[in-house]
Amino acid sequence: MKLEIGQIFIRDIQFDAVSRIENNILYVNTQELKALLLEDEHLASVDFEIAKPGEKTRIIPVKDVIEPRVKVEGGGGIFPGVLAKVEAVGSGRTNVLKGAAVVTTGRIVGFQEGIIDMSGPGADYTPFSKLNNLVLICETVDGLKQHAHEKVVRFAGLKTAAYLGRLAKELVADEVKTYETPSVKEGMLKYPDLPRVAYVLMLQSQGLLHDTYVYGVDMKQSLTTMLYPTELMDGAIISGNCVSACDKNTTYHHLNNPVVEDLFAKHGTELNFVGVIITNENVYLADKERSSDWTAKLVELLGVDGVVISQEGFGNPDTDLIMNCKKIEAKGVKTVIITDEYAGRDGASQSLADADASADAVVTGGNANMVIELPPMERIIGHKEAADVIAGGFDGSLKEDGSIVAELQVITGATNELGFNKLSAR
Amino acid sequence: MAKIRVVHYINQFFAQIGGEEKADHKPEAREGFVGPGMAFNAAFGDKAEIVATVICGDSYFNENLETATKEVLSMISSYKPDLVIAGPAFNAGRYGMACGTVAAAVKEQLGIPAVTGMYIENPGADGFKTKVHIIATKNSAAGMKDAVAAMVPFALKLVSGEKIGSSAEEGYIPNGIRVNFFEEKRGSERAVDMLLKKLKGEPYVTEFPMPDFDRVPPNKAIKDITKAKIALVTSGGIVPKGNPDHIESSSASKYGKYDINGITDLTEATYETAHGGYDPVYANLDADRVLPVDVLREYETQGKIGSLHRYFYTTVGNGTSVANSKAYALAIGKELVADGVDAVILTST
Repeated sequence: MKLEIGQIFIRDIQFDAVSRIENNILYVNTQELKALLLEDEHLASVDFEIAKPGEKTRIIPVKDVIEPRVKVEGGGGIFPGVLAKVEAVGSGRTNVLKGAAVVTTGRIVGFQEGIIDMSGPGADYTPFSKLNNLVLICETVDGLKQHAHEKVVRFAGLKTAAYLGRLAKELVADEVKTYETPSVKEGMLKYPDLPRVAYVLMLQSQGLLHDTYVYGVDMKQSLTTMLYPTELMDGAIISGNCVSACDKNTTYHHLNNPVVEDLFAKHGTELNFVGVIITNENVYLADKERSSDWTAKLVELLGVDGVVISQEGFGNPDTDLIMNCKKIEAKGVKTVIITDEYAGRDGASQSLADADASADAVVTGGNANMVIELPPMERIIGHKEAADVIAGGFDGSLKEDGSIVAELQVITGATNELGFNKLSAR
Repeated sequence: MAKIRVVHYINQFFAQIGGEEKADHKPEAREGFVGPGMAFNAAFGDKAEIVATVICGDSYFNENLETATKEVLSMISSYKPDLVIAGPAFNAGRYGMACGTVAAAVKEQLGIPAVTGMYIENPGADGFKTKVHIIATKNSAAGMKDAVAAMVPFALKLVSGEKIGSSAEEGYIPNGIRVNFFEEKRGSERAVDMLLKKLKGEPYVTEFPMPDFDRVPPNKAIKDITKAKIALVTSGGIVPKGNPDHIESSSASKYGKYDINGITDLTEATYETAHGGYDPVYANLDADRVLPVDVLREYETQGKIGSLHRYFYTTVGNGTSVANSKAYALAIGKELVADGVDAVILTST
């Protein structure tokens, strides 16, 4: 399967009477977009703000971040089974608005939305401070329970990303990258001497507000299965969760999965990247056992030499991570796991909720309990009082002057367990 | 600015007094630097200066641990140093123990910054790495140049009160305190590189060595449950509506203790969860799902259990450090024992 990613570099976003992309500037007609989004009867209001790198701007509470993309050639559409009809994606040509993102905020859904600071110390910890963000402030009608609330905001974000993506359908890309995965047989013949590597991608599926969707399927109801890596780039996987902001994988992360990117970078020269095994992180022990058995079985069936395993969330999913690692190592296949740590504010506590001697190659995204101070910002998009209740915040996190003292947990994407960032700990 | 005053601790061997036959050498102090102190002093440049060197035989120190520590410490403090350097001891075991003891005592008892250096397998490293910073060195004195180059800037940083970075950045032996820092490459690339090394059988360093876990053996079974006083304890975050003690949704800094005298059912109007790590909808509709007060009251009435303890204890397990959890459990356990509770139902989520 082969996919070309056409990158259109977006250097600015502006509101305008006509939505379009011109000279690498994204112009948005908010009236048109608003009308489209308010078709959802559960959405009471939606407002738009633009947040640019370097501004003294804070977005809080952030639910999801999404990169606008559009299918130019090849089967299916972006976000198949969710916005586009169910059809396999991952081949042909996809255009991407590189450097732009849609960020959703509004009244808090659960406890676990995060913060994006566009400048200052907090900006160093989130990749989204480097993007031009179109922020959607979504307020739902009264009386909506959290599940429905989450869904409304999720869809508003996806629809906006698809709307913006469509503006790039006819454009000539500034840069084109090509990704190709041969079949298992072709790959073995083509690269007989290279180690064969698969990627085990663990998806958050602990329950409502902690869900991930694959081609529209709720991942907690799925058995472990396989994808071509390029399917991720077309939105086969979307985030529907409100797990702690620092280590939840937003839809943006799924579209730009860094393990996929870095395995492709060495594909054909140092290794043979065979494919992606996706598995869930359910809460019941029987599910955990079944899913990790299945992961190890698929790894064995593919006959790979090594796997990278990435995690989402912490605590409960630590057990899934260790089960996957232990069972795959027991098959004689080498593993590296990517996780993050909850070592306490002083860094002196045990970092993970589970451990096993076979997990002897670990990459960490840092200690999420570390306390940081975020200075006041000139502009707040969203609801600043969320700082006291989001995961990582505490009573009194929000100071009178608007500064926030909280754990690193509060920052969207800070300790990402796909290895998106350079942050680590020792 | 006046130069930082440094006292250097070394053994009889590095002071060129002698080898094993002189290992019973009693503590002595000399003005200025001795032996490897010359290299340290040169590296300190105009920032610091070794004002004195305290020398002690390794056997004497280890065989007279208490008195030797006292003697050495009093010699060190008499020079009013701003900084103490011990060793480096490389892979010399007794010297490592002495350096660890001296450096840790200087830090703890004199309140003066201290640093030592050792090879990672030196028994002194295991014994003192959590008490004092130990710069990782090679296993023999051939590594002196590298050791000086690493110890000097680190020592100056310690004295200045600057923030100490992670072990990977600063070169000290990991001390159990996890410190965040920015790597050169992103995590995914480090993972792929590590996997390629592991596949080739080349050495690699894990970023998080697996810890040893506590295992708590279960207590003996209750003989007669119909007479037992049972308490409910949860990490599922069930609290009276409004979360009166503001228990955090993640990384809880406290636990709550609430009176359920006369309460037979937890309702949507009276209880909720403060926990941010799971879907709160069903727990908020009926908190008995996490903290089964209703069922235990029925059992109490039917005589299936002796009684339900008057208070329940609750905290949020989400992202809460093991050290905090342990502290809460100790405090709660003490009270439960004092209140004559026979058994606890511990619910999680």
